[in-house]
Amino acid sequence: MKLSKVKELLDAEILCCDGALDCEVMNACGSDMMSDVLAYVKDQSILLTGLMNPQVVRTAQMMDMKCIVFVRGKKPNEAVLSLAEENGIMVMTTEYRLYTACGLLFSNGLYCEGVDKV
Amino acid sequence: MEPIVLNYQVDGEDFSTAGEASSAVKKALKQLGFSPDVIRRVAIAMYEGEINMVIHADGGEATAEISQEEIRIILADRGPGIKDIDLAMQEGYSTAPEEVRNLGFGAGMGLPNIKKYSDELKIESTPGVGTTLRILIRT
Repeated sequence: MKLSKVKELLDAEILCCDGALDCEVMNACGSDMMSDVLAYVKDQSILLTGLMNPQVVRTAQMMDMKCIVFVRGKKPNEAVLSLAEENGIMVMTTEYRLYTACGLLFSNGLYCEGVDKV
Repeated sequence: MEPIVLNYQVDGEDFSTAGEASSAVKKALKQLGFSPDVIRRVAIAMYEGEINMVIHADGGEATAEISQEEIRIILADRGPGIKDIDLAMQEGYSTAPEEVRNLGFGAGMGLPNIKKYSDELKIESTPGVGTTLRILIRT
């Protein structure tokens, strides 16, 4: 799925790195606990979260993720956005809650068969 | 390739800057042409260790020794030390305060995760003196 499709499905607003809209992504994860993202996530390109601090971007960077989606209409501050920009990670914000946002992406085909159990 | 040594001071005062050393090492490894798998393992293991230094020990010193065959990460702090290393290695065990959990960390996954992503992990810790983590990742 292209990030442009993710934006459309989530009715999201892009906050930085809109040049990556053509980028293909294969999977996503949703979590407010960065410890768990670092421990269990593998090859997921999108992080959906309601947590807003620079460590969200750092976590995404360490995991080679391409996009962060802030849920529940959250908009991070400039420090978070400039760190994302510096690392070429697209940032979006959606009004949907975490559960709904993940559900919309999953039900539209953004998942990999058989890789979801830890 | 001659071994390359990178050295960083990790600031324990500012949680928002935690991860800068790991980020710099990740970028260096990419420039040196290591495989994405190796780079990610090093990045995650070092980042978890760096976060621990900021959360528990007011920062410290981070060193990366990079050679063709292996990457060694040494994280040394002068924090309170780990009283029971076996307990600290258990998934889910954490002594992190509530405010750290609100920042998305402190789930008790840090040390187990470092072990998972590394080929060798040595922990030297003396209560009241400090902790040194030696992480080895073969390329």
